[in-house]
Amino acid sequence: MVKLAEWRGKEVFHKYGIALPRGTVVRSPEEAEAAAQSGKVPLPCVIKAQVLAGGRGKGGAVRFAATPTEAREAARAILGMEFKGEKVRELILEEKLAIGRELYVSLTLDRSLRLPILMVSPHGGVEIESVDPSSIDRQPIHPFVGLAAYERRRAAEFLGLSGPLAKSLEPVLNALWEIFQKEDAELVEINPLAVVGDRVVALDAKVIIEDDAAFRHPEYSEVRDDRTPLEEIAREKEIAFVQLDGNIGVIANGAGLTMATLDVLQEYGGRPGVFLDLGGTDDPKKVAEAFLLMARAAPKAVFLNVFGGVTRCDTVANGLVEAMRQVPPNEKFPLVARIRGNNEAEGVAILRTAGITSLPDLRDAGRAVVEAARGGRP
Amino acid sequence: MSVLVDGRTRVVVQGITGHQGTVHTRQMRLFGTQVVAGVTPGKEGSSVEGVPVFNSMARAVAATSANASCIFVPAPFAKDALIEAVDAGIELAVIVTEHIPFHDMLTMYHYARLRGTRIIGPNCPGIASPGLSKVGIIPNVVFRPGPVGVISRSGTLTYEIVNGISEHGLGETTCIGLGGDPVNGTSFVDALPLLEADPETRLIVMVGEIGGAAEEDAADYIRRHVSKPVIGYIAGRSAPPGKRMGHAGAIVLRGKGTAESKQAALESAGVQVARFPYEIPDLVAARLQKPA
Repeated sequence: MVKLAEWRGKEVFHKYGIALPRGTVVRSPEEAEAAAQSGKVPLPCVIKAQVLAGGRGKGGAVRFAATPTEAREAARAILGMEFKGEKVRELILEEKLAIGRELYVSLTLDRSLRLPILMVSPHGGVEIESVDPSSIDRQPIHPFVGLAAYERRRAAEFLGLSGPLAKSLEPVLNALWEIFQKEDAELVEINPLAVVGDRVVALDAKVIIEDDAAFRHPEYSEVRDDRTPLEEIAREKEIAFVQLDGNIGVIANGAGLTMATLDVLQEYGGRPGVFLDLGGTDDPKKVAEAFLLMARAAPKAVFLNVFGGVTRCDTVANGLVEAMRQVPPNEKFPLVARIRGNNEAEGVAILRTAGITSLPDLRDAGRAVVEAARGGRP
Repeated sequence: MSVLVDGRTRVVVQGITGHQGTVHTRQMRLFGTQVVAGVTPGKEGSSVEGVPVFNSMARAVAATSANASCIFVPAPFAKDALIEAVDAGIELAVIVTEHIPFHDMLTMYHYARLRGTRIIGPNCPGIASPGLSKVGIIPNVVFRPGPVGVISRSGTLTYEIVNGISEHGLGETTCIGLGGDPVNGTSFVDALPLLEADPETRLIVMVGEIGGAAEEDAADYIRRHVSKPVIGYIAGRSAPPGKRMGHAGAIVLRGKGTAESKQAALESAGVQVARFPYEIPDLVAARLQKPA
């Protein structure tokens, strides 16, 4: 998921013609003061931390300023923060508008319908999950047709907008649809979309670009996501790698099998720390890379669970022994293996020779690795 | 009996000259599948594993009367490959390719539906009926003919479960890997009526995972329309919210798509849900012994 920060999302909104408060991005207290001083951002203004986590208002990451000096001090306070684990590096400074009602609009995918869905609610400004479903209108949009005029009228009516306000909603909805399609978005959300006089203005921007479409959007390649540094390296190497908060690493082939393996560990009182899915590969180079990456996450113990289908267990075992040899001595970890399937006996024999335990039963293997993580011998 | 594939299934492999295309053409033929053609633009006149290669789907179908396709084409070109298959009149398209943008898949799904082509996948291992035919990459060695229909969102986990069922002395009618993406050509709800209608399938095993509402939708369908026993399993109980667990579709977002919600929905529809994959063969065996 490429989650765009608010300022980046607003750049996209601006490009597609959605009305925004006048504002700018700043990275230091001095820049904040200068922006307020020069009139680039009209006063009074609002100063918002550019972090991906929600709840900024309650968390003190949004402040107001009536003078350039106040803007500088507010910026200084927020830039020093760490908000829900994220360091604040950028701020949005923008005019504080006289707001009427706050609305909600978004476009996302409905997986069950296999259709994009336009969601609108007159109760904006709060998390949409907390809004009563009867106050949310959901309209599936067919990708071959796009947003129809009657669908825009229905949305405006549900939001209680008429006259010039309804008119000003039209280009916003059209832009949402265009962004959703052209930017390969998973989610385009405006919350709140505020009524300001006789028009609607996007006060926030939430845009998530789909990872799998990254190949046609080089413009987002530098966007920092909420991946950990190791997850970032894994992504570059095209290894499915997720860091969790436990201490046992799991390497398996296939996402479903990897998840099922984590579940077994948890059942035996273990805490999964890394999810690493080798996918369909048995390329010894890729296997070695995966092990080196795992070693850097410093697990207490690692569980390798591989089912050889087309892949042969002896090939996997040879790759595994070689990969373990490449792990630096100070990063070595106890390893419990379970390799099953094609040429299983040969694979298990290769592992035994190399001093690696292979247990055929998932329960035994799960218990053994949890024990190893507690300091027992695997 | 089987669903969707049988002895009349004639397969074109799209992307046959790539590594995966070549390996799995061989594996499919070893399984007994009639692989009649391959397509790679610019490679017409050559052959792979004795299978003739054509430049286009239209020519492959005209020359061989193929009615199914197995797509290995890389993600950026997969949409085009599928549309070409649909336009050539292919009835069943199995898309193995992973990382296809879901916006492309929306177009592919709705176009195929308009023209009457069924898609399985993407990001899936395909479909197999032991003794009859296989379209995709599920390992040949795991199968044994028998009374169990298997539908799953996973790949390797499915192989492991099918293998367990076979090793237990049971076996399968048809196994369909639906794929791990957010938009599937065939969902649980689409596959369930096929297995329900298949006279040789006596029991259905359904392997789900976190993310989306496919299992909840399936539970609703099972309650109303499925008379055969269903054994379920959901992977990802220990997955934290907001993290994509390897599959594009395996993510708990805004509190939706948890393993707990899926398990509860299935159980309320009378599905017996295994806590672990290794429990499935015993549950299947016990259920098959019960008088109907």
